[in-house]
Amino acid sequence: MLSSGPVQDTAAITVRDVTMAYGDFVLQRDLDFSIAKGDIFVIMGGSGCGKSTLLRHLVGLNTPARGEVYYGPESFTAAEPARRREILRRVGVLYQSGALWSSMTLAENVALPLGEFTDLSPKEIREVASLKLALVGLSGFEDYHPSDISGGMQKRAGLARAMALDPEILFFDEPGAGLDPVSSGLLDNLILELRDSLGATVVIVTHELASIFAIGTNSVFLDAESRTIIASGSPSELRDHSEHERVRRFLRRET
Amino acid sequence: MAAMLARMSSQSTTPVYGLDRRVDESIVVRLGGSWALAQGLRGADLLETALVDERPVAIRFDTDDLGDWDSSLLTHLVAVSALGKEYGVDVDTSGLPLGLQRLLSLSQAVPARPDARTATTGSDFIDRVGETALQTHRVAWEGVDFVGDLTIALGRALLGRARFRGSDLALLVEQNGFEALPIVTLVTFLLGLILAFVGAVQLQTFGATIYVADLVGVAMVRDMGALITGIVMAGRSGAAFAAQLGSMKVTQETDALTTMAISPMEFLVVPRVLALCLMMPLLTLYGDAMGVLGGGFVGLTMLDLSAMEYLRQTSTAVSLTDVAGGVLKGTVYGILIAISGCLRGMQSGKSSSAVGDAATSAVVTGIVSIIIACGMFAFVFYTLGI
Repeated sequence: MLSSGPVQDTAAITVRDVTMAYGDFVLQRDLDFSIAKGDIFVIMGGSGCGKSTLLRHLVGLNTPARGEVYYGPESFTAAEPARRREILRRVGVLYQSGALWSSMTLAENVALPLGEFTDLSPKEIREVASLKLALVGLSGFEDYHPSDISGGMQKRAGLARAMALDPEILFFDEPGAGLDPVSSGLLDNLILELRDSLGATVVIVTHELASIFAIGTNSVFLDAESRTIIASGSPSELRDHSEHERVRRFLRRET
Repeated sequence: MAAMLARMSSQSTTPVYGLDRRVDESIVVRLGGSWALAQGLRGADLLETALVDERPVAIRFDTDDLGDWDSSLLTHLVAVSALGKEYGVDVDTSGLPLGLQRLLSLSQAVPARPDARTATTGSDFIDRVGETALQTHRVAWEGVDFVGDLTIALGRALLGRARFRGSDLALLVEQNGFEALPIVTLVTFLLGLILAFVGAVQLQTFGATIYVADLVGVAMVRDMGALITGIVMAGRSGAAFAAQLGSMKVTQETDALTTMAISPMEFLVVPRVLALCLMMPLLTLYGDAMGVLGGGFVGLTMLDLSAMEYLRQTSTAVSLTDVAGGVLKGTVYGILIAISGCLRGMQSGKSSSAVGDAATSAVVTGIVSIIIACGMFAFVFYTLGI
């Protein structure tokens, strides 16, 4: 079911034998999968199974208790802090609540990474920031503060910030949470368009079935009971043919 | 749910409870009357005694006389079915109303995860002492780590390589310098006034009231100016830093910085330390002057001294070394306040009460470290003869 062996060059991210734990409490163990370039990869599972924690491990906010995360052929877990920061520059993360810097305007939020990591002039940075905000439908909101706009808009602004540096890999932590079905669907379309136009790899943590089937090309299912991945593959394939009843029931929304 | 739990009936208003024995060696729990949480919960001790004594094969229910019921009955039934499991007795729920049967099975649908509870629930005294010791050890190491990281980041800042925004520093300088002037003015002026009063009472008996200027000048400039300004700033800036950084942790804003390859230490902590490091010497100097002014106010209005006299006396009493020593102390206090505020903020947990705790702890840590530093300065200055 799961790939094991040498880390492949074609994979954007390879998770090798990772165990996640808080102290003595093991959340998930023996996680072993790879995310191909250009995939929209869904990490799914019930509430509290460790989906978001897995995402934190992938971007280095948490360190695996055992095992390693690779970006391309290179180990991210074993890398020096300076090298890690270089790898992270190719990565964008959209947090569950947006996590916009609340003391800055939307334009400043998007501009900060541009100012830090490019040699653009302030005027050029402002131009690029406006463009990114326009891409997520927030043209004209440049000088608003995050607290002045709605939750859905905050999430879109967070997306604009995540893709400020044209990342190769985009992470989404529950993008649809707290959005109405229409906004959530629009966000899905936006993700698809970004993948197609930027050629980025997308990793999404979610339990929203509509999103999973609409955009997911590949997935893993984290199981809370056995505390490991019990299924992987295309979501619609898993819904129809998974050997695990729990996976089929989850994807068919049966109780 | 409420509709399900509260059914209308004209039965008795108090719960009726009894145990009947049947010939087929089963116990029938007779439930009647009205069951309400307001009347308290009923334990299952009676049933347990019966189970131990009589060893029945099954527990059944008779609910013919049951009136209104709510969660109090459900709680009792959960206890009964737990007893059934414990003694290996079959619990037959078919005699219960349908709503109760459904709620009972719902409450048992997901088995409890034995390791889901946190490990820190132990209330044993020795456990708690051990856990507190481990916790203290961990927090102390985090502090050492933090100061080490901060030193490296400040080094990078001095080389101009740290990543933070100049506009953030400017704003922090304004908030923690200029905007602190009114409160620093009030407190140091009053302190000078108090010192002058205390001194005047003693010095008047010798007719040496002019030495009030010496007393106030030396005390304010050498120690009290820096100390009181430090304590005011610990309450003002230390708490603000902890609350700002703590709430940024709650909203994942610090995580967003980290995954953006921007170090929160350089971006958030360094400008705060620099701001206080720049502003505390100035605030200390200003506070010293306000203290002398406070003392002068007493001298002029109550001790019949002239302004020129008072100032001349002050300037002969206070040396430039005294001023420099006071400013040095103020700067060190500023760094201590910024470090304790930022450290507690970065250590903050991810809830609103944790942010409050962080702010409280920042003020306490700030003031305690200022007082300790003040004691050490007094000893060192005395030894060096300054």
